[in-house]
Formats: sequence, structure tokens, C-alpha cells
Amino acid sequence: MENAIAVTGLVVDRGRRRVLHGIDCAVPAGSVTGLLGPSGSGKTTLIRAIVGVQIVRAGTVTVLGKPAGSAALRHAVGYVTQAPSIYADLSVRENARYFASLYGLSATHADAAIADVGLASAQGQLVGNLSGGQRSRASLACALIGTPRLLVLDEPTVGQDPVLRADLWAKFHALAASGTTLLVSSHVMDEAGRCDRLLLIREGRLVGDDTPAAIRALAGTDDLEEAFLHLIRNQDEAVPA
Amino acid sequence: MSLRITLHTTARILRQLRHDRRTVALLIVVPALLLALLYFMYDGSGGTFDRIALIMLGIFPFVIMFLVTSIAMLRERTTGTLERLLTTPLGKLDLLFGYGLAFGLAAAVQGAVATAAAYWLLGLETTGHAGLVVLIAVINAVLGVALGLLCSAFARTEFQAVQFLPVVVVPQVLLCGLFVSRAQMAGWLEAISNVLPLTYAVDALVEVGRHSEATTAMWRDLVIVAGAAVVALVLAAATLRRRTP
Repeated sequence: MENAIAVTGLVVDRGRRRVLHGIDCAVPAGSVTGLLGPSGSGKTTLIRAIVGVQIVRAGTVTVLGKPAGSAALRHAVGYVTQAPSIYADLSVRENARYFASLYGLSATHADAAIADVGLASAQGQLVGNLSGGQRSRASLACALIGTPRLLVLDEPTVGQDPVLRADLWAKFHALAASGTTLLVSSHVMDEAGRCDRLLLIREGRLVGDDTPAAIRALAGTDDLEEAFLHLIRNQDEAVPA
Repeated sequence: MSLRITLHTTARILRQLRHDRRTVALLIVVPALLLALLYFMYDGSGGTFDRIALIMLGIFPFVIMFLVTSIAMLRERTTGTLERLLTTPLGKLDLLFGYGLAFGLAAAVQGAVATAAAYWLLGLETTGHAGLVVLIAVINAVLGVALGLLCSAFARTEFQAVQFLPVVVVPQVLLCGLFVSRAQMAGWLEAISNVLPLTYAVDALVEVGRHSEATTAMWRDLVIVAGAAVVALVLAAATLRRRTP
């Protein structure tokens, strides 16, 4: 399968600290790939490198066949940051319509994206008055507008109620079925099973890159949390501290 | 750069402003109130109020818009909206000119109210037309916006952003000829004053105070102020990085 994202030898320093120690991975097109790892493992930094806002020390990141951050990709990549990055002093509708206008799209597209994340009834409310979960859905809506070819979502399901979370995952798979590639980060292992592929990251190193089934088989357990632990132990043995 | 995106950005910033009624009220009322204060301070001293109020009509929008914009831009940075915007088709100049236009429009309302209050309620008298005063006030506001956008690139927190006011704005106010006429300044101070854009804005206002028609000197001054604003906006775009550490 063709790759939507290809990362080779990616090294990133933030401040004096090395955050990513040479990451090699690929995200196949039209899939939902989970980027999993504990808080502080380098998920957000890898995501920032993929959307092209991170200064990298070494390595290459190719997105949809072009270097990450290329001007041509700005029409094709939707990005949702971990903290909801929308305007708190605007209503949901005003936010969505502004982001739609950046892509040359109409208010209809904006309204459809709001409905997609289940916020139609709250669209007139100021984002500042929404709950945390609603706010991150509003932020997600702004990235869905115009169905980008690649959606990069940094912890989009944090703080959502279980029903909504299931709805969002269904939405992600529907998008993937229609050809969009999704990279979704999470620190919750129970979401890993919902992905087509998993990238497991720990302390700036990739410890796993496979389908959930293959990772389960490799570790000899059905529990992905345990499988992750198994992979980490394997890595620690391979790379003496 | 895209005119469409710039105008949508202007509209978005004005909508944000509209939701913040208190800020709008402060923006519109405060300069007029401060002018009233000056009026009572210089009560009965004739020409002094006219001279100072006229200059203040240019200084208020400059200072206020500098402050408002540097905080607004810093907010874009700290809430992550800036990072997100820079992954969209929005150009850096779209954002910066969007701000310049939005706050320029806000300044036009502010300038009109303050000027109207100064002429009609406080009896300000100038030889030249009040419309020119509003025009100069608006261009000054845009200069304040441009410098605010530029300075916010060097601030990481609100505390730092506010500190740029004494660094960037206060010297311009001190050296613009309001407190000591520029001809009486020591040579080196006058030389500094010559390279500060606010000096030319004040000079333009003084021209309006003295001449019934718009003078060539006034237009030259205004071109300099507008030019400085554009240079600051372009510099701000150059310091705005899509990629950050």
C-alpha cells in the first residue's frame, strides 16, 4: 500500500533535550493509524514534525509525497492540536466558518463539519463557554472541513464521553474508508484496538509498528497494554542502558 | 498573499472584538474621557489645550492599538491557534494585514468619537479640518498595530509583551515634540527623534493645527508613518516562523 507519511531517521531536539532519537516509520494511505505512548514520549513532537511546524535536527518527513510543511500540503492536511486551538471568544459556528474560509469553502461545509462532531445544537455558543470535551470536538470540526487527505489528530478523544468516543472512532473509520488517512495519537491503550495500525513510542524511540493483531501475536497476549509492556522490555534488553 | 483570506481574517478579528463588549466600550470611550481630563487640567489656559489635545488625538490610538494588538497576537501564539493557522493556506501577511485592517477599522471608530468629542464637547479649535485629524489618528493606530505585531514575536508571556510598551512606545512619546519642542532638544536626541515614526505623526497633526489646507509637509509625514507601518508589518512577517523549536 502507498504511504501517506514516511519518516526516516527523524531526530528532534527541544531545548537541550533530545526528544526523538531517530524515528523510522510509515503510515499507509487510507488507514487509521494510532500513535500511542505515555505522556512525554514524543508523540506531539512527532506530530508537529509531520505537519511541518517542528524544527528538526536530522532525518526526513515526507507527507503525501512532499516534504512535510510544503505549501502544497496546507490544502491537504488537517491538524488538531492537543489543547483545542480555536478562538474561545467566537462561537462554534464562527470558528468553523473562519477555518472554512481559509480553504475557500462555504458556510455549508462548516455547518456540516459541526454536525459531524455532534455539536449542531451548540453551534451558536461561545467556545469559551463549552465543556472541555465539546471544545475539543469544536476544534476537531475545524479540521474536518473540506475533508483533507490527511488528518493528524493529537489526542482528539480525551475527555469525551464513551458514547461520543465510539461515535468519533466510527467517524474516523468512515473517513478512512472514503480515502482519508488518519494519524491519531492517544495515551489510552484501550483506544489502540480501534486502529488499523499502531505506532508505539516510548522515550522518543519507536518500540512497535504493526497492526494490533500482529502486536498481540508477537507479545503472545490479547491485552494491548501488556503487549506494549512486552515490547518495551524487549527493547530495553536490546539496547542496554 | 490572498485578499480573500486577509478580509476573512479581518472579519474574524472584528467578530472576536464584538463578543468582547467591555473592550469595545473601553476602546471607544477612554480616549474621549482622557481628553476631557486634559480639558479640565488646562481650563482657561487657551491655546495649550488645543495644542496638547490635538497631539493626544494622534498618540492615544497609537498606544492603545499597540497594546491591544501585542496581547491579541500573543494569545494566538499561546492558545495554539497561530500554529494551527500556519498549517492552513493562510499566508503570514494575510494574518498580519488582517490584524492591521481590523484594528485600523476599530481605530477609525475610536478616532471619530474622540475627535468629535474634542471638537464639539471640549471646544478644540484647529485651523485645518477635523477629518484630517481622524485620518492621521487611523494611520497612527495602524502603526501601533504593526509595531505591536512585530514586538509580540519577541514576547513569550503577557508580562513580557506589556514591557514592550515602555521600551517601544514611551521613548517615541517622549521624543515626539510634545514635551520639549524638537528644535530645543540636544542634537543627538533630535537625531533619535528623527528616526522614530511617531515624530512624523505628531508633525502632521501640528500641520493640521496651523494650516487651513492639507500641506505637502503633512502628506509627506503621513507617507512616512504609513511606510513605517508597512515596514513593521513586513518585518513582523519575516519574524513569524512556521517552524518553531
